[in-house]
Amino acid sequence: MTKPGEFYQRDRNWHPPAVTPTYKTSVARSPQYSMISLEQSASEITGPKFGHTDIDPMDRDMIHNYAAAGESAIGERIIVHGRVLDENSRPVPNTLVEAWQANAGGRYRHKKDTYLAPIDPNFGGCGRTLTDENGYYYFRTVKPGAYPWRNWVNDWRPAHIHLSIFGTSFSQRLITQCYFEGDPLIAKCPIVNTIPDQAARGQLIAALDMNATIPLDTIAYKFDIVLRGRRSTLFENRMEGN
Amino acid sequence: MVQKLEYLKETPSQTAGPYVHIGLAPGAAGFDIYENELGWDIAGADAKGERIRVEGVVIDGTGSPIKDVMLETWQANADGVYAHPEHDGEVEAGFRGWGRVITDFDSGEWGFDTVKPGAVMGRNGLMMAPHITLWIVARGINIGLNTRVYFEDEAEANAADPVLNIIEWERRRATLIAKRTERDGQVVYRFDIKLQGEDETVFFDI
Repeated sequence: MTKPGEFYQRDRNWHPPAVTPTYKTSVARSPQYSMISLEQSASEITGPKFGHTDIDPMDRDMIHNYAAAGESAIGERIIVHGRVLDENSRPVPNTLVEAWQANAGGRYRHKKDTYLAPIDPNFGGCGRTLTDENGYYYFRTVKPGAYPWRNWVNDWRPAHIHLSIFGTSFSQRLITQCYFEGDPLIAKCPIVNTIPDQAARGQLIAALDMNATIPLDTIAYKFDIVLRGRRSTLFENRMEGN
Repeated sequence: MVQKLEYLKETPSQTAGPYVHIGLAPGAAGFDIYENELGWDIAGADAKGERIRVEGVVIDGTGSPIKDVMLETWQANADGVYAHPEHDGEVEAGFRGWGRVITDFDSGEWGFDTVKPGAVMGRNGLMMAPHITLWIVARGINIGLNTRVYFEDEAEANAADPVLNIIEWERRRATLIAKRTERDGQVVYRFDIKLQGEDETVFFDI
């Protein structure tokens, strides 16, 4: 049996650095020493597996998964869909994708959120799904609203959905945020702008997808997710014992 | 001009923000939505080995505990086997090896119950001392931080651990060693994480 290969080194210049002073909370929550780089062992190239017994198919439908019978969440009905791929463009099948977001008015169902916009009684803001054998996933939800936050005094987050993805190994573990094409708040956001590269920021903006839009029903946005790629075993990679 | 490599770029990370609980621990956010919330049972009822609790706080650069952190844990079973098809060996039914914990909103304390992992074979035939991998996300953390929990009572294995030994500054290795205590007959390992400043915890780029 060939031993599995390692994952490509993470490009830390593509990701946001730890300390980004215009996102103020990062200042006291960022390590000052450099990270220690590890050559990967079994501890890094393995990770948890999830299956269909873990989740309910309804979990991906945020319009209905917290709504009273016969009701639905208020807001712009959207589908967010795409594929989870690795850097080699290979699909990542059967992986867990979790999502959370504010309601259409920008209010989170969280006891710590005191923004004056009201809670939607039929909206939780929490969804999860497994990718299929082609790495494809989708959620149904309502488009979240922008909301203010205490950074600079008049900062507003662009509409966004938080996404958490596992992949096949703990070294691929990723949390990110999905933004929406055309939102003028994206360019002003200190959290978006923690990412130094403009093309990298663009990778977080979902495209309006009229082909996947359901006429007279729901608008679609396409958001592909890329996880770290993996070295092939073409050359001996000396993982075990050599 | 040269040929284009055509690799995709990894999706950039963003902070999990203050409301990470809604998506990943909704019960803690104040509402029940899933029948099966993931990550609360790491080892399962049938796992062999010593039952332990690991707990601590995450401290910021001002010395204050952070009260909106989520941590995920990843570990092998007592035989040093990961619940993953690429790792040789079997794990007990119900052993996932993965867990998810959040800090208390008032105190910042976190903790999880599991079994103590066994040693795992590392690279080049070198055995790694028993350890648990942690991944830490929160508001203000732009990309999840990876670290490892080692155990104070494994001094001999720790001294030979190939990962601890690549940390050139010996004094920093101590930040990865959890302190063993007992409370009400239960083994508890204390592991406080310092994000910044004096005795800053070692974080890894894995």
